[in-house]
Amino acid sequence: MNMTATTFDLEESTLRAVNSSLHGANEISYRIVNPRGAHALAAGINSQIEVEIEGSVGYYCAGMNQLGTVRVDGNASTGLAENMMSGLVHITGSATMSAGASGNGGLLVIEGNSGARCGISMKGVDIVVGGNVGHMSAFMGQAGNLVVLGDAAADLGDSCYEPNIFVRGDVESLGADCTEKDLRPEHVDTLTRLLESSGLSADPRDFRRYGSARTLYNFHPDDIDAELAAKED
Amino acid sequence: MCGIVGLFLKTERHRPELGRLTAMMLHEMRGRGPDSAGFAMYDAGTPGTTRLTLLSEGREPEWSPIAKGLETVLHAEVTVKSIQDHAVFSTTGDGRTARQWIIDNVPDVDVLSHGEQIELYKSVGDPDLVASRYDLASRAGTHAIAHTRMATESAVTTNGSHPFATGADTCLVHNGSLSNHNQLRLKLEQHGESFQTENDTEVAAGYLSWRIRSGDTIDEALQHALADLDGFYTLAIGIENGFAILRDPIACKPAVVAETDDWVAMSSEYRAIAHLPDVDDASVFEPDPATIYTWSLAS
Repeated sequence: MNMTATTFDLEESTLRAVNSSLHGANEISYRIVNPRGAHALAAGINSQIEVEIEGSVGYYCAGMNQLGTVRVDGNASTGLAENMMSGLVHITGSATMSAGASGNGGLLVIEGNSGARCGISMKGVDIVVGGNVGHMSAFMGQAGNLVVLGDAAADLGDSCYEPNIFVRGDVESLGADCTEKDLRPEHVDTLTRLLESSGLSADPRDFRRYGSARTLYNFHPDDIDAELAAKED
Repeated sequence: MCGIVGLFLKTERHRPELGRLTAMMLHEMRGRGPDSAGFAMYDAGTPGTTRLTLLSEGREPEWSPIAKGLETVLHAEVTVKSIQDHAVFSTTGDGRTARQWIIDNVPDVDVLSHGEQIELYKSVGDPDLVASRYDLASRAGTHAIAHTRMATESAVTTNGSHPFATGADTCLVHNGSLSNHNQLRLKLEQHGESFQTENDTEVAAGYLSWRIRSGDTIDEALQHALADLDGFYTLAIGIENGFAILRDPIACKPAVVAETDDWVAMSSEYRAIAHLPDVDDASVFEPDPATIYTWSLAS
């Protein structure tokens, strides 16, 4: 814990005041205590600040995060780090539905489990989950990496485009057009990097890789370059 | 939307303050359901004595003629305790017979619940006002189920408020909507269930009552419910000496559970649980889709 951080106590300050301070940040480090499941905490950060939250948070924590680092010592509810653009969001507990939804970039680390639809429509974010993920994770994911150290529930990667999905444990079932793919050296490199960044330990070679079987794709002659690129993968 | 909460006290420790803790949880869920609220409280009751909670919306009627009429049918004494527009009738007569007689003969009165352990109160208005109007905070007991409603598919009425109870000591609150409730209502009516509203959730309550009355355990009843209920639902269910949770297979309606040695709490959102005693030591998890969770008091 950073003792020099500016501290907000949500028993005393309003959520709106706390978020406003983070948006107009003129300090580097912030600490938030007594979140008690508050919604939209530390959402909309747009600078290189570090925020430590002591306790469990509600919906949309660290949503739209850009450049910031948000650490939660607790659990998070629906929409953790939804649509994050960059930076780091790291929680020590578990997250419920739709963690990392629509994320464009940055790294989301969930040390515990994640509920249903983790990484739904992910667009470039990297997500590392220490435990299991719920059903329909990476549903319609477009880009980025989802790394799951535990198991994945039903319909993993349903209708996905080109995210890389790595699962170390069991996969209950794959969703429509999702298939297992080779784990090549560049994927081991990606896993090594993401595991190191997230501080979670696992052997990258223990993972299986899943992604789009591309049977739902419709190509036109104009897209021939993309088709060639796809064949190389 | 709607907010649901359930609190099941495994040990004696917090039973004197069940109402206060439930009111606190309900307060946190006002944002999810500001238009009406309701709660069901369970206590040990008196074995052999059924309580019926009755509602005469917006009025405080003469309850004694109704009680007198009921005594004739039940061949048993009926005592009356009224609170605002609700009343609790107590009798050693048959609860199911009493419920049906009131439904058939007293059109302005709804039977909100019946059973040895349950009392049930509901009303339109701010959930905090509903809680104080019916004295929630001072009540003691073993478990409670409560609901804050944001009406989306029908009018804001007490009739549309949860919890719903049709069978003895069985009630539920629901976040979601059922799509096959009309068909199911017809089927259940053929099996002898009677309904007092057009509400989809009352059908789910009737479904469980029917299964339990037919000999199912709560686990078996909920297993059947997974096959027969079509729609979106997160349900918190109170039964005699027990508590259960069920979510549909898609599980888009939120739920979080926390459990300590003394209690199990369930809610739509963690903030309803965040102020409970010893919550920092609780095991917190999201109930899995299409998975039955039950707890019961050691008898």
